[in-house]
Amino acid sequence: MDTRTSASDHRQGEVVLDTFPRYLMHHAQHRPQQPAMREKAYGIWQTYTWAQVAENVRAIACGLAQLGFKRGDRLAVVGDNRPRLYWSVAACQCLGGIPVMMYQDAVAQEMAYVLQDAEIRFAVVEDQEQVDKMLEILPDAPMLEHVIYDDPRGMRHYTQTLLMGLDELQEMGRIHDRNQPDFLDGEMDKGASDDISIMLYTSGTTGKPKGVCQTHGAFIAAARGAIQFDKLTDKEDILSYLPMAWVGDHLFSFAQATVAGFTINCPESGETVMNDLREIGPTYYFAPPRVFENLLTQVMIRMEDAGSLKRKIFHHFMDVARRCGADILDGKPVSGGDRFQYWLGNLLVYGPLKNVLGMSRIRVAYTAGAAIGPDLFRFYRSIGINLKQLYGQTETCAYVCLQPDGQIKLDSVGKPAPFVEVKLADNGEILVKGPMLLKAYYKRPDATAESINAEGYFMTGDAGFFDEDGHLKIIDRAKDVGKMADGTMFAPNYIENKLKFFQHVKEAVTFGNGKAFVTAFINIDLEAVGNWAEKRGLAYSGYTDLAQQDAVYGLLRECVEKVNADLAADPNMSGSQIKYFLILHKELDADDGELTRTRKVRRNFIAEKYGVLIDALFEGKKSQYIETQVKYEDGRTGKVSAELRIEEAKTFAPQAGKQAA
Amino acid sequence: MNMTDTNSSSTAAASAPGRRQGEVILDLQNISLRFGGVKALTDISFNIREHEVRAIIGPNGAGKSSMLNVINGVYHPQEGRIMFRGEERKKMEPHVAAQQGIARTFQNIALFKGMSVLDNIMTGRNLRMKCNIFQQALWLGPALREEIAHREKVEEIVDFLEIQHIRKTPVGALPYGLQKRVDLGRALAMEPQILLLDEPMAGMNVEEKQDMCRFILDISDQFGTTIVLIEHDMGVVMDISDRVVVLDYGKKIGDGTPHEVRNNQDVINAYLGSGH
Repeated sequence: MDTRTSASDHRQGEVVLDTFPRYLMHHAQHRPQQPAMREKAYGIWQTYTWAQVAENVRAIACGLAQLGFKRGDRLAVVGDNRPRLYWSVAACQCLGGIPVMMYQDAVAQEMAYVLQDAEIRFAVVEDQEQVDKMLEILPDAPMLEHVIYDDPRGMRHYTQTLLMGLDELQEMGRIHDRNQPDFLDGEMDKGASDDISIMLYTSGTTGKPKGVCQTHGAFIAAARGAIQFDKLTDKEDILSYLPMAWVGDHLFSFAQATVAGFTINCPESGETVMNDLREIGPTYYFAPPRVFENLLTQVMIRMEDAGSLKRKIFHHFMDVARRCGADILDGKPVSGGDRFQYWLGNLLVYGPLKNVLGMSRIRVAYTAGAAIGPDLFRFYRSIGINLKQLYGQTETCAYVCLQPDGQIKLDSVGKPAPFVEVKLADNGEILVKGPMLLKAYYKRPDATAESINAEGYFMTGDAGFFDEDGHLKIIDRAKDVGKMADGTMFAPNYIENKLKFFQHVKEAVTFGNGKAFVTAFINIDLEAVGNWAEKRGLAYSGYTDLAQQDAVYGLLRECVEKVNADLAADPNMSGSQIKYFLILHKELDADDGELTRTRKVRRNFIAEKYGVLIDALFEGKKSQYIETQVKYEDGRTGKVSAELRIEEAKTFAPQAGKQAA
Repeated sequence: MNMTDTNSSSTAAASAPGRRQGEVILDLQNISLRFGGVKALTDISFNIREHEVRAIIGPNGAGKSSMLNVINGVYHPQEGRIMFRGEERKKMEPHVAAQQGIARTFQNIALFKGMSVLDNIMTGRNLRMKCNIFQQALWLGPALREEIAHREKVEEIVDFLEIQHIRKTPVGALPYGLQKRVDLGRALAMEPQILLLDEPMAGMNVEEKQDMCRFILDISDQFGTTIVLIEHDMGVVMDISDRVVVLDYGKKIGDGTPHEVRNNQDVINAYLGSGH
């Protein structure tokens, strides 16, 4: 039995180990028959127990070793959330290698960069699509020696010698394991807490992506902290559907799951996530705000189509929930009448709604990655879903601040998490220290030195402050915070988020640094605005056409003016009201480099690409012609052009005292 | 036309010469079909080899669908012989053709609109169900086991055609391209030896066409099914078929590989009009 607990203490049953492979073997020994993973295949959920997972990981690890994988080698892992890809990550760690996670929707050139940067010899990929990309970039990545694929479909006629099926690899590994049964245990024994357990590439809002090297110790600390904080157990069920290359998925679906022993559920395909969510009914759930937003938009659209009685019942009880739902969840005192109404509402509306959303069993849900709209956040909490926010970066294992149960504030990200120390620099930048900090950026000592200061604090680049209860509030990226011509603060993200909280706005980019007023680009949400247009009998042929319609401009002007009214109420922000705006003729897209893969706006790139439009906005023109190159999903390029209208929005006089109450 | 980048390699593999074509499975000899005084098909001969993708093309009214209907026994030609696996085929009904392993999809989708995708594909298993109506009605042991086995097969098709997300959706609520895919799934559920596709890509957008091409090639690859298709999109035909037969006004004017057909003067005239 594995009792290596070198950096360890046994506290009320918590087993503390120092590497992930040891956790895996621990579970395989102590709860061999418990479900570790489920995957829906051929319409039925197939369960893998911890013993089966351990056996499969062993086979993959030994297979890789047979192919010549050495300690410290990097293994690229590309694909959707499939059990065998998670096993490959674990297998790589068993051998002392470093898994390098790559986004499955990245185009070939982006992958080529990572393969070169991390000098990758081995890759495990999901299917034919990813194999094709690997073969395409092979000339640019000459170090690549082996590409192993999970799904053999369509692979029959590939003759390249560097290709191998995962089945074959496992078979090879089993033979290797039979011949040298001590080999893998020996390799696992060499593992140490300080070894790099994973490399995650930062999305690169600026410059080329950097490989963030995290150690076993860092991710285990982050996982343990969160598990203690929310009292998570091995009974949790989670749905793993976010990109494996995102730090959030790695923390929840790999680190926390391996440490606490959750059951991971892999959906059947990207399109079936909603269904799978309902079937699994996770107890612990993590999603970026846009997922929660999409869910709510779908519910609202469907409610609008419902009969008038149903609509009345829905709206009545949603009002009740808005009034007292969040307080009931937080355990605050609520009058008996409201409690009864809420109970009734739960019977008629919230319960069925949660069931439809697949959230009936949720004990704790988290959101992170971007700011979440107050209405959105309040909605989920008011129907009794314990949705909380967390704050963190890839460099901190997505683990800096967590909102404690019962102390939820809409606009803060909570208190520093266990083991984490947070302080503010003089310019408001948030500095973080703790066991979960990155070891280094891969082969970038300069970048590492730049991001960690002399006292060992990681400089997050975010600006924020602590409120009176010690909750951290984030305003913006520190470097994005600028000044208007009159010297007042300009926080573009802050304004954009306010815009994006309207269901009709999908994306927004604001400009105003060093200028007299603020202007904005807006992307409409095709689904929401399309539905709105349909209701009014507006005909449109597509995004570009819809975006330029008078009525749509009218609709968006209302949104902008509401934001302006809101900004006017805040003494710090009243100077940055939006004076001119336009609706872009195309959706901002990661394929065109305008967004990062995690859908964050790449401000500088956009400013450069659409310079003409920005100039026109600040010159107060009525319209501007623009032609843009776009990249389609199959890699071809095309052109979109349009004459874009520019509209003026009402601004408001600062009214500090009036709305503050 | 060039196919998508993503499946160009499989396309290349698929049209590799001499790889797939097996024995002649269906030989049509001097087929003539008349409706009263109208000659739909006149003296047409061609054969279909096992495992190949065989396209029938031609302008509107050339007799393509009639040809397909002759193959699966809906029409009975007045003249000519049909040899199926070396034996002359007697005059027969479509369900006999179905039992012999000939499945088809329809130009105008023929599905049960109110039923789910699963149930629609399950109807394709009908011929393979062994239990009688009483066993099925009473849900006796053998019927239950059989249903499970059939459902498994259906799930394989769902997985193959990547339609997991619409498994339980009524077919009528689906967009056209997906309905076509379900129609294909229903035909596949028969585990046919010959699959007849009547304009599988009609009315589809580029992306849907590319998907359909990939599925057709995958069917041919993975199941070895012989495929006969009628299609208007020349790019598609030239890309995915091994051999092409060209009809015009009920007569055969060309037969051969896509390359040969493309350079055939009669075919060029039929499509572009001869310069008279």
